[in-house]
Amino acid sequence: MNWTDIGAVTDVPLRGARLVKTQAGCIAVFRTAEDEVFAASNACPHKQGPLSEGIVHGQKVTCPLHNWVFDLNTGEAQGADEGRIAVYPVRIEAGRILLEISALQNRSAA
Amino acid sequence: MKQKLVVIGAGMASGRVLEHLREQAPDQYDITLFNAEPRGNYNRIMLSPVLSGEKTYEEIVTHDDDWYAQNEITCRFGEHVVGIDRHSRTVTGQNGAVSYDKLLIATGSAPFIIPVPGKDLPGVIAYRDLDDTNAMVEASAKGGKAVVIGGGLLGLEAAAGLALRGMEVTVLHLMGHLMERQLDEAAGYLLKKDLEDRGITVMTKAATKAILGEDRVEAVLLEDGTVLDADLVVMAVGIRPETRLATDAHLEVARGIEVNAQMMTSDPDVLAVGECVELDGQLFGLVAPLYDQAKVVAATLTGEEAAFVPKELSTKLKVTGCDLFSAGDFAEGEGREDVVFRDPSRGVYKRLVIEGDRLVGAVMYGDTADSNWFFGLIKDGTDISDMRETLIFGPAYQGGGQADPLSAVAALPPEAEICGCNGICKGQIVQAIEGGAIDLGAVKATTKASASCGTCTGLVEQLLQVTLGDGFEMPTAQPVCGCTDLSHEDVRRLIKSQELKSQEAVWQELGWKTVNGCHTCRPAVNFYLLADWPLDYTDDPQSRFVNERNHANIQKDGTYSVMPRMWGGMTTPQELVAIAQAAEKYGATVKVTGGQRIDLLGVRKEDLPAIWADLNRAGMVSGHAYTKGLRTVKTCVGSDWCRFGTQDSTGLGIKLEKRLWGSWTPHKVKLGVSGCPRNCAEATCKDIGIVCVDSGYQIGVGGAAGMDVKEVERLVDVATEEEAIEWTVAFVQLYRENGKYLDRAYKWLAKVGLDWVQEVLADPAERAALVDRFDLSQSVYQTDPWAERARPDVAQGFQPLADFTLEAAE
Repeated sequence: MNWTDIGAVTDVPLRGARLVKTQAGCIAVFRTAEDEVFAASNACPHKQGPLSEGIVHGQKVTCPLHNWVFDLNTGEAQGADEGRIAVYPVRIEAGRILLEISALQNRSAA
Repeated sequence: MKQKLVVIGAGMASGRVLEHLREQAPDQYDITLFNAEPRGNYNRIMLSPVLSGEKTYEEIVTHDDDWYAQNEITCRFGEHVVGIDRHSRTVTGQNGAVSYDKLLIATGSAPFIIPVPGKDLPGVIAYRDLDDTNAMVEASAKGGKAVVIGGGLLGLEAAAGLALRGMEVTVLHLMGHLMERQLDEAAGYLLKKDLEDRGITVMTKAATKAILGEDRVEAVLLEDGTVLDADLVVMAVGIRPETRLATDAHLEVARGIEVNAQMMTSDPDVLAVGECVELDGQLFGLVAPLYDQAKVVAATLTGEEAAFVPKELSTKLKVTGCDLFSAGDFAEGEGREDVVFRDPSRGVYKRLVIEGDRLVGAVMYGDTADSNWFFGLIKDGTDISDMRETLIFGPAYQGGGQADPLSAVAALPPEAEICGCNGICKGQIVQAIEGGAIDLGAVKATTKASASCGTCTGLVEQLLQVTLGDGFEMPTAQPVCGCTDLSHEDVRRLIKSQELKSQEAVWQELGWKTVNGCHTCRPAVNFYLLADWPLDYTDDPQSRFVNERNHANIQKDGTYSVMPRMWGGMTTPQELVAIAQAAEKYGATVKVTGGQRIDLLGVRKEDLPAIWADLNRAGMVSGHAYTKGLRTVKTCVGSDWCRFGTQDSTGLGIKLEKRLWGSWTPHKVKLGVSGCPRNCAEATCKDIGIVCVDSGYQIGVGGAAGMDVKEVERLVDVATEEEAIEWTVAFVQLYRENGKYLDRAYKWLAKVGLDWVQEVLADPAERAALVDRFDLSQSVYQTDPWAERARPDVAQGFQPLADFTLEAAE
């Protein structure tokens, strides 16, 4: 495992998100009202809407372009829409957000 | 051992065959699908809304790449089939051959091109597929003149679409009235009048002699010598079955490929379906029989017994606002009687053709609400002698004569067809509803009813109401969203009466079903709280749509547009220099807007704080072009410059904009101030529009020029500028305190009534109180969001949290 410090929990707005750029594409890091963090692909599978700009509610995010809703635990689209966003391991340690980036490196190497 | 099935043509008929096959016998066939178009199956009936801009191509795709992949169909799209060899049982495409055990020909039809000189000139388009549609959309972007040859269904839909896209359109029709195969003369006349009201010129008995032009089309010459200028010519005179492959393969072909009731051609291993076939001398062009054929093809291919029986057909025109319907046989003849009803003021015409005790034909124009009922009577050959007297008034007048709008649908027999496209009858829909499909979406998903052209949506909704009775939620009391059972109105009332001043209080006290709402309710609740409690509640950016959170408009590629405020549409050379420098520095595209401002498009999110800082330095603030709030105040030059101006309209516009900017409202608010009744600022289609006259100021409210176009209604006439400002501010505050989130002012007015608004605002004390409450709110919210976010600590939030692309590059 390759846990990398990407910033403080408080750098991400409550019920909001920030962007992490990687060689293999952009990742959105979400912070829920309960101070949980999630990491997922930033691009909605529908029309590539930037999910880091979506409204975060519960453990879900709504794409700002056409209102697709994704569960941040599984990445599955909710309701009638069908699709999935990649989700990545992320955790909080001493107020810092740690992202497991080996999965991404593998992806870019592949 | 799987058998091999090759399908030539990915149209609506073969698409339906593949669906049935994969449902009924998923493993029986290896399937290869050829399509000359470089794409899969889409809803061809909906090309007209794509042409008119009411829908996009993406919305009409019925089978996407995922579907073909999941169903393991080998797709050879964009590849023409060169030939069929029935001895070796192979189909040869441009990229090679593939063998088959069963072959399905679904080549559809080709447009008929009238053999006149000039028919091959660039700019002459047939209307058949998406490429034709796109070519027309592209051609119409330049404006100019279009001539549509052919006044049938397809031609008229093309004409209406091109007119909507701003072209000057002439329709040429060879016969004496439009759509002569579906309409009688009277209905044809009403249709012509409707089209002419939309600015389309209709010429009947017009025969095309030649299409003129050097390098591309320039004009159309008629037999009588008339020359019509044309930048675009659309040929829509008809279609003929595409039979070339079948003919070359020595299958039996008449006008179409001949098939039997099992849809087999003269070779039992070769089937055909759709517009390319002919059965008992009949051709098929509408979608309903094609779907019936598709069922039979699937049955034949899986060894089931089935037979295709052609049914009576009805026609509808998909031109928004033209309601017409025809079915059966309506030619005059011996032993036939007509019943005609006309209402010239409403443009309504209905004609029933009766033979003996049966209804044999019906034509309706302007009011087609009862068309399905009449169509049922024709199809079933019902004895109508008992209701002959009142037949033309429709089902509501049969037996008892109640005018309950639902009685018509309630009276339909279970086998009455509701969705003509998919052949879904009332019984199937009622069964689905009783089985748990209790809203429109669920009915669509389980039965496909109203899922194709959508004209039966209203009927399906009525069926929901009839079947569920009280169980069907009346649209008037729609809950905000799935998070609560309360309506917007209820939520607003409870926030005020229970003095709820935070989101948490709303969730808790009103029993929200989710932790913190969703993307639908949270922005609404956020607005209600800040509008009612400006001092107690703090606006929550995370409950706002991206544009309002980032204070710029997100574009489809993820960049943003930035628009500084120009008070009353006035600017200075210094401001223009600053805008020009910013555009150059951040690589923005520059667009002058309809609201008298300048838009800078294509700015990256990371650059937003910097461009705002630059514009702030030149004295400009956010134009709020992205908010549910005050947008612009459009003005004319007024008495300052104009020889007709009666008052200082520019000055009043600037005063209003300075007073109102920064305020949040249920939906966007646009103002206009014109200096005289010539109305150069187009004030009479704004949310609030003021027209200056010699005696003072006419204040109108509730105008719109978007999805709906509406003229303002007069709120009041006042004598002085101070009064005009007071009334305007009071009106905005009343709207802020009472409007439903996302209702424009005109929608709110339609609910509460202008009378009520006038009554409230006529009271000077009430007016003053409203103005006070507005100013109190402005003391908090009238700040430049750009200046706040250009500060370095806040601006940091617009950058990525981490950037590994830079590290990797080092």
